[in-house]
Amino acid sequence: MLDKKTLTHLERLEAESIHILREVVSEAEKPVMLYSVGKDSAVMLHLARKAFYPSPPPFPLLHVDTTWKFRAMYELRNRMARESGMELLVYQNPEAKDRGINPFDHGPLHTDMWKTEGLKQALNLYGFDAAFGGARRDEEKSRAKERIFSFRTASHGWDPKNQRPELWNLYNARKNKGESIRVFPISNWTELDIWQYIHLNDVPIVPLYFADKRPTVERDGMLLMVDDDRFPLQPGEEPVMRSIRFRTLGCYPLTGAVESEARTLPEVIQETLLTTTSERQGRAIDKDAGGAGMEKKKQEGYF
Amino acid sequence: MPAHDGTTEQNDGTDDMTDTVADPIYKTDALIAQDIDQYLKVHEHKTMLRFITCGSVDDGKSTLIGRLLYDSKMIFEDQLEALQSDSRKVGTQGHEIDFALLVDGLAAEREQGITIDVAYRFFATEKRKFIVADTPGHEQYTRNMVTGASTADLAVILIDARKGVLTQTRRHSYLAHLIGIQNIVLAVNKMDLVDYDQATFEAIVEDYTAFAKSIGITAFTAMPISGFKGDNITTLSANTPWYQGPSLIEHLETVEVNSATDADKPFRMPVQWVNRPNLDFRGFSGLIATGSVRPGDSVRVLPSGKTSSVSRIVTLNGDLEQAVAGQSVTLCFADEIDCSRGDVIALADSPPQAADQFEATIVWMADEEMLPGRAYWLKIGTQTVTATIQQPKYQVNVNTMEHLAAKTLDLNAIGVANLSTDKQIVFEPYADNRTLGGFILIDKISNATVAAGMLHFSLRRAQNVHWQATDVSRDFHARLKNQRPAVLWFTGLSGAGKSTIANLVEKKLARMNRHTFLLDGDNVRHGLNKDLGFTDADRVENIRRVGEVAKLMTDAGLIVITAFISPFRSERDMVRQMMQPGEFFEVHIDTPLAEAEARDVKGLYKKARAGELKNFTGIDSPYEPPHDPEMRIDTTAMTADEAADAIVARLIP
Repeated sequence: MLDKKTLTHLERLEAESIHILREVVSEAEKPVMLYSVGKDSAVMLHLARKAFYPSPPPFPLLHVDTTWKFRAMYELRNRMARESGMELLVYQNPEAKDRGINPFDHGPLHTDMWKTEGLKQALNLYGFDAAFGGARRDEEKSRAKERIFSFRTASHGWDPKNQRPELWNLYNARKNKGESIRVFPISNWTELDIWQYIHLNDVPIVPLYFADKRPTVERDGMLLMVDDDRFPLQPGEEPVMRSIRFRTLGCYPLTGAVESEARTLPEVIQETLLTTTSERQGRAIDKDAGGAGMEKKKQEGYF
Repeated sequence: MPAHDGTTEQNDGTDDMTDTVADPIYKTDALIAQDIDQYLKVHEHKTMLRFITCGSVDDGKSTLIGRLLYDSKMIFEDQLEALQSDSRKVGTQGHEIDFALLVDGLAAEREQGITIDVAYRFFATEKRKFIVADTPGHEQYTRNMVTGASTADLAVILIDARKGVLTQTRRHSYLAHLIGIQNIVLAVNKMDLVDYDQATFEAIVEDYTAFAKSIGITAFTAMPISGFKGDNITTLSANTPWYQGPSLIEHLETVEVNSATDADKPFRMPVQWVNRPNLDFRGFSGLIATGSVRPGDSVRVLPSGKTSSVSRIVTLNGDLEQAVAGQSVTLCFADEIDCSRGDVIALADSPPQAADQFEATIVWMADEEMLPGRAYWLKIGTQTVTATIQQPKYQVNVNTMEHLAAKTLDLNAIGVANLSTDKQIVFEPYADNRTLGGFILIDKISNATVAAGMLHFSLRRAQNVHWQATDVSRDFHARLKNQRPAVLWFTGLSGAGKSTIANLVEKKLARMNRHTFLLDGDNVRHGLNKDLGFTDADRVENIRRVGEVAKLMTDAGLIVITAFISPFRSERDMVRQMMQPGEFFEVHIDTPLAEAEARDVKGLYKKARAGELKNFTGIDSPYEPPHDPEMRIDTTAMTADEAADAIVARLIP
């Protein structure tokens, strides 16, 4: 071990992410970590704990909540905040709350108000000037071109043609008052890297990633889990127990499950590798506007 | 090297894409299905290679990357379906799959059919994970290629076999070499369109060899490929029996990565962050740039030069016995010595140097041209200082490698210039150490990253010109005169009343027995600055010199009054930085343009309006009013004498 010189790809990725986290803490005035409780957030949080150990990460966790996440996600969220010794801020857009915006009746407005608007409101409310996000470049085409330090105007807009060049590992975190930076420490990780890292480091994740018998209904070709009694069943619909798991986690009425028997991490990875559809396929968000859905959302301020 | 098996690659011209997908290099499905634990073990020990692909618009770059992703099964069925429908709609390959669509991400690019920014792609084989920076070939996007190359271990330079070595090929090779990429692959693409002709390939290689030598590239690997058809990408192709290998993937899997060579160099770690959870723990966090470190090693902290030894290498998973280049760690020392962000921890008996004057290569990346003499932020490793660049010694024509005379650098220009920093930085030449030799320049007003640079060496005069310690100190000078030194920096439009008010202020101070000196814009231009004109660059240098003179005078204990238009915020801020805290008073003589023009004491506005005077502030050259001056004098609301009284009252309460 002592004369080992070439780092493995995971060691290099980890070192890069830690470097990014520390640069932001050193140069930003008021950073925050956006915590969505998914597997990518789990890895990002773990990296933050490594970066500042033995100190707790010197910034709070921010969960932009839609009130429609899986119950298991809320449980893990609260547990991880306790274990990491970090402050947990939960923000729910009051307007969306008042108007009772929900994924069943309001379609795209649900994501727009709870998530896009909610995020902007939260960042403005607390005055954060740098926000860590768990986006990866391999997720989606417009992500592939986003910088690790992604500069946002005072109105949170993103201009893909006017990004700062990013050389070596020198990041420019300077900005004027009111402007902010979104930072993506795990930009260069792939889905497989994330799984492998969770496996090697025993990173706690939501149990919904593993297969189990769960109540489901099939709707528009998607398998949805009936996570609580707010799920309005249509006439003739009856929840069926199926062995399912989730490849990504969001609002439970919007997140499609896959039928699976993978109950352990290696089995999940096995299935992921042998699967023939991409990770975001279970999500509706990428398909608006002729393939440019995510790019458009990002210009509007979506993470 | 795998045996060349012609039977698996019957190329009958039907372009069935599935024939190369089942290639043995990627055939991991069986292992994944049968023994996932074993597969994970293999994956765990993979290394990582970062490379860039460079080519002109039609060299087939995006197609090659699309092919690599496709062959390594990074494309899923749903994406493939979208790709097939897109290929029919907007593809440029008729009814066939247009791989380029896989990687052309942004909507604007789709419409124009070109790649306009740096995009990063990921794929893996059995041996390695790869990160590909896809960089555009257009001349105006030099900055994107330099950006993509800065993190790369290797560059794939694509040539269209039908066209041979082009201007763009030379430019890409020069840039890759400039950034210090040691591993260069010359991929002669579209071999299918020249009937896999060996002579064509060899002529191109010969041509390239001669060019490569001329710019200092000593070794490269050439291979004939077809990104579109898949020849020599993963295995050797039956269409080129005269080519002995390696295939592109084989080469990428085996070439040595940068971090391996970095580990052999002396230990250096820029300090990012000081970790102090409580009074008992003090750790220094950073990414190891070069070398390795173990507990017990003697280290030196630079620039202070203090030494200690490493007591622990702390991580969440327990202390380490050793850490190497490329790892992010936290070090503890045996002794309590000063060490903070920006310092460099180095091997005690082989430390890097510190200096404040350098020669460097600069790649300009902003629309607004470089202003020699202007103060920019310079970030190198974890150090951020103020730097000024001198007029370039020369600019490089990236197409012909000729050295051209240049007064400045504009977007995508590459030049060599001297630069100086306001304090010493710990550095090494870029050729030896990318982390301690590579820097970015940041505009102080817009905060944009305006340039990238590579330090060559420190200037001899920086090493040999030391500060002469004098026995009569600046404090003593000031005490002798019974006053606090200060700079009253008047700024405002021509004709605003700066000189008039400055003159009154000096008279009033003289009557109070204060020792003063008035530096007037017009007067200085008769002597010290008579070589300077009125371009933006000359205005910047004018102010820099006046600032330096004013600084010497405050060292002598004087109260300096300056009356210069000094139109740019960044130069006024630069002068502010030169002075001791609390000694700089920015006084904005605020007269509206219409009022100043109406007065027109010297008749200059009239001349400027008539077009007889170029670069006149307020007319065809900008004036940037101070955001937060120590004093603002509204000349429409008070007389010159009242203004002078107010200023004196502010200086001597």
